[in-house]
Amino acid sequence: MTESVTDQVPDGGNALAVEDLHKSFGPLEVLKGVSATAGEGDVLSIIGASGSGKSTMLRCVNLLETPSAGRIWVGGELIRMKNKGRKGLVPESARQVDRIRSTIGMVFQSFNLWTHMTVMQNLTEAPLHVLKLPKAEAYERAEALLERVGLTDKREHYPAHLSGGQQQRAAIARALAMEPQLMLFDEPTSALDPELVGEVLKVIRDIAEEGRTMIIVTHEMAFAREVSSKAIFLHDGRVEEEGPPSQVFGAPRSERCRQFLAAGEF
Amino acid sequence: MIELHGYGPLLVDGAWLTLRVALASVALGLVFGLVGATAKLSNFILLRGAATAYTAIVRGLPELLLLLIVFYGGSLLVQNIWHGLGGESYVEIKPFIAGTFTLAFVFGAYATEVFRGAILAVPKGQVEAAYAVGMGRLQMFRRVMLPQMWRFALPGLGNLWLVLLKDTSLISVVNLNELMYNTRAAAGKTHEPFKFFLAAAVIYLLFTIVSMVVLQYSERRARRGVRMG
Repeated sequence: MTESVTDQVPDGGNALAVEDLHKSFGPLEVLKGVSATAGEGDVLSIIGASGSGKSTMLRCVNLLETPSAGRIWVGGELIRMKNKGRKGLVPESARQVDRIRSTIGMVFQSFNLWTHMTVMQNLTEAPLHVLKLPKAEAYERAEALLERVGLTDKREHYPAHLSGGQQQRAAIARALAMEPQLMLFDEPTSALDPELVGEVLKVIRDIAEEGRTMIIVTHEMAFAREVSSKAIFLHDGRVEEEGPPSQVFGAPRSERCRQFLAAGEF
Repeated sequence: MIELHGYGPLLVDGAWLTLRVALASVALGLVFGLVGATAKLSNFILLRGAATAYTAIVRGLPELLLLLIVFYGGSLLVQNIWHGLGGESYVEIKPFIAGTFTLAFVFGAYATEVFRGAILAVPKGQVEAAYAVGMGRLQMFRRVMLPQMWRFALPGLGNLWLVLLKDTSLISVVNLNELMYNTRAAAGKTHEPFKFFLAAAVIYLLFTIVSMVVLQYSERRARRGVRMG
């Protein structure tokens, strides 16, 4: 197979496409050539054992990690990167990266709400200072989202005074306040006490149902199977199994994927 | 009331100048510190080297020596430039400028280390969340890093400020008529050194107490949103 030199988006990747993604941390190669696509409205879940590279893959999408090699398209636009030899790839234009990032909502495992701001300030910060929305509009958006995630009464609270589940719901609202084209969830429930997982999953399911494109890295298999339109099983930095959830979760072709699901040690 | 033989206003004038030198130095020194810390944490080896040299040299020299070097060296430099431009006569840089610059330089070197620690103490996730919504580096620094690093920097900076406040008295050596200089003048004229040095001590302590109140308030403000215990 010859390497393509066009910027043409791979088929089915009009929302997101990654092609032959590699990422090494020092001598450790975490991603060994991962390709994946998501169309508009797709919910793509990425599953796999710890260390399989699923979070790294997700973090490459908005360049919180710069891949060592490979190409990324977001909303059909190729992120321009140049090869700096030993340093791997480096984005050509910080402005392009900032702009693309502002169209991607990211939800972190550890919430990462800004601790010096109230919930309301967290939700209006980027709309006001990145999108430069008028104040009234930013606050209107924030109010509507807080109501949606059930946190209206917490608007003036600081994150430290909320439960984990509330913090994560606020963090999801913060991401949605940018009206992103694409939502990334990086193990959104892994840091939560078991009894708080449900309230967060409910909010994510709700967003999935409104047809938003999402990529979810998760250990919640039942949830992933239910909400996704597409699933990927990563093993040792490679895509080991991919297809509709009925296949990946129900009748995987790969022996490793079958073992992973059967073991239940997520 | 203690009899100051009409030298009260002289002390007040001196105190006012002391305050001005201290405030000017701390403002400039904070800039030096932020630049120094950023340089020390930078990926560029040249910047890191320059910042390390700066902190090593400044922290390794007595403040008084540094002041004299800046004052006489600075004057020499200005004079050479002045003569090079065809000027004559003797020129000297103002003690206020030499003093402010020296104290800011010293403050900046110590503040570099305080800021460096504070930047490293801000959790990485806070910064990543800022980048993830599309903030550029400068915006991230201003909106997220700066407000959060104060929490960690303020106690250390408070200490440095108190030291700086007292170090202003060194500038009396190059004839800046700040509090210490005026106190000595009054003490000499009246032959009542104890009384005047005591009066100066009271004024320095007053500055310190006010500083501590302001610092306490700022620390409480910087800690907003942090749950204690």
